[in-house]
Amino acid sequence: MTTPANAAAPVHATDATYRAEVLESELPVVVDFWAPWCGPCRMVAPVLDELAVAYAGRVKIVKVNTDENGQVAADYGIVSIPTMHFVKDGELVATVVGARPKPALVQEIETNLLTG
Amino acid sequence: MSEQTTTTPRDVIIVGSGPAGYTAAIYAARAGLAPLVIAGSVTAGGALMNTTEVENFPGFPDGIQGPELMEAMQTQAEKFGAEVLWDDVTEMELGAPVKTLRTGGGEVFTAFSVILSTGSAYRELGLPDEKRLSGRGVSWCATCDGFFFRDQEIVVVGGGDSAVEEATFLTRFASKVTMVHRRDELRASKIMADRAKNDPKIQFAWNSEVVAIHGDAKVSGVTLGDTRTGEERELAVGGVFVAIGHVPRTELLVGQVNLDENGYIEVAGRTTLTNLPGVFACGDAVDHLYRQAITAAGTGCSAAIDAQNYLAALSDADPASPSEIPHALEEV
Repeated sequence: MTTPANAAAPVHATDATYRAEVLESELPVVVDFWAPWCGPCRMVAPVLDELAVAYAGRVKIVKVNTDENGQVAADYGIVSIPTMHFVKDGELVATVVGARPKPALVQEIETNLLTG
Repeated sequence: MSEQTTTTPRDVIIVGSGPAGYTAAIYAARAGLAPLVIAGSVTAGGALMNTTEVENFPGFPDGIQGPELMEAMQTQAEKFGAEVLWDDVTEMELGAPVKTLRTGGGEVFTAFSVILSTGSAYRELGLPDEKRLSGRGVSWCATCDGFFFRDQEIVVVGGGDSAVEEATFLTRFASKVTMVHRRDELRASKIMADRAKNDPKIQFAWNSEVVAIHGDAKVSGVTLGDTRTGEERELAVGGVFVAIGHVPRTELLVGQVNLDENGYIEVAGRTTLTNLPGVFACGDAVDHLYRQAITAAGTGCSAAIDAQNYLAALSDADPASPSEIPHALEEV
């Protein structure tokens, strides 16, 4: 029931689908915890759209609306958004809190998700 | 990384995309100058992107959401031919008649005039654990993070309008908000201060400052110091919201454009002219007095008109005699 691995757009996950979309994903995942009322989340959204295209088939971009999916956010102790999790083989390998420029996120993807 | 250079200099490049930058862009675009706005990769839209309801921008009697207002300004600028680039300026050479700007994405742009509307950033407390616990209970954005502090006790540090605004907003979620302020009365405007004082969820720690933040994975409390006696006390809180003012984003300009002792850009009189010919400045990077969306927009308009006049004089001047190229006015 998960999204095709070659999707070139961010995938929206919920409390119910988080396990399947993120923890059981074949591809490494960038999870963006966001909410509609968060200005910096709006600023980073187009960057994530671009990353989804640039890394299509190699990295999956998943968005979690924390306003509607409080359980996942609470499970991971999210208290600031945007927060981005870098997940490889179901393991959380890096966390970035706050909006970042595209080159910084590219570097996080390359070092945390695509090497080794 | 290979550098792409635009060979023909543009008329005007605008650095920053808050109300000042976009207003400058609207005016410059309508004047046919086809401005490039280097908007910032994640700071685009400026400080209003972190606000919710803006109630005091003229023309919106029912208020407007900060991010919506900024998206509308962007749309209006683009409608008249402004080009918006979502990247950060990393280097500027502003002294020569043709100015050179480099971006984080490795692009190089040149222009005859530059409008600086780089705005300001949040001032930090400067405490050792502040960075470590940032995103783990220490926050600079009540509208982003307040939601996660439902039924918790928190502190807001500061006593100005923005601190009061944050504290008032946070009472929607928190069970108790303590405002920590160095003095014995708020600096905020009377209407804002009265709102806070009448709010049963808001308490005040007067003559106090946060001297330490505690917590392992998440904030668990703060140590408050009395600013008169030095006496310390502990307060158990889950969140620390910092609203102690701003610092101008002018670090790239040091050594080129004249800055005052606090880092704000100096302009001549009531104009937007800096000490460098063809370089204009507006918005919160200049203004530490008013700091409003509408005042920033107003100076953005002035900067576009100043740049337009400069470019007109430049094209009238004989290129063979550089002395005729207009220079910044000493006093106006």
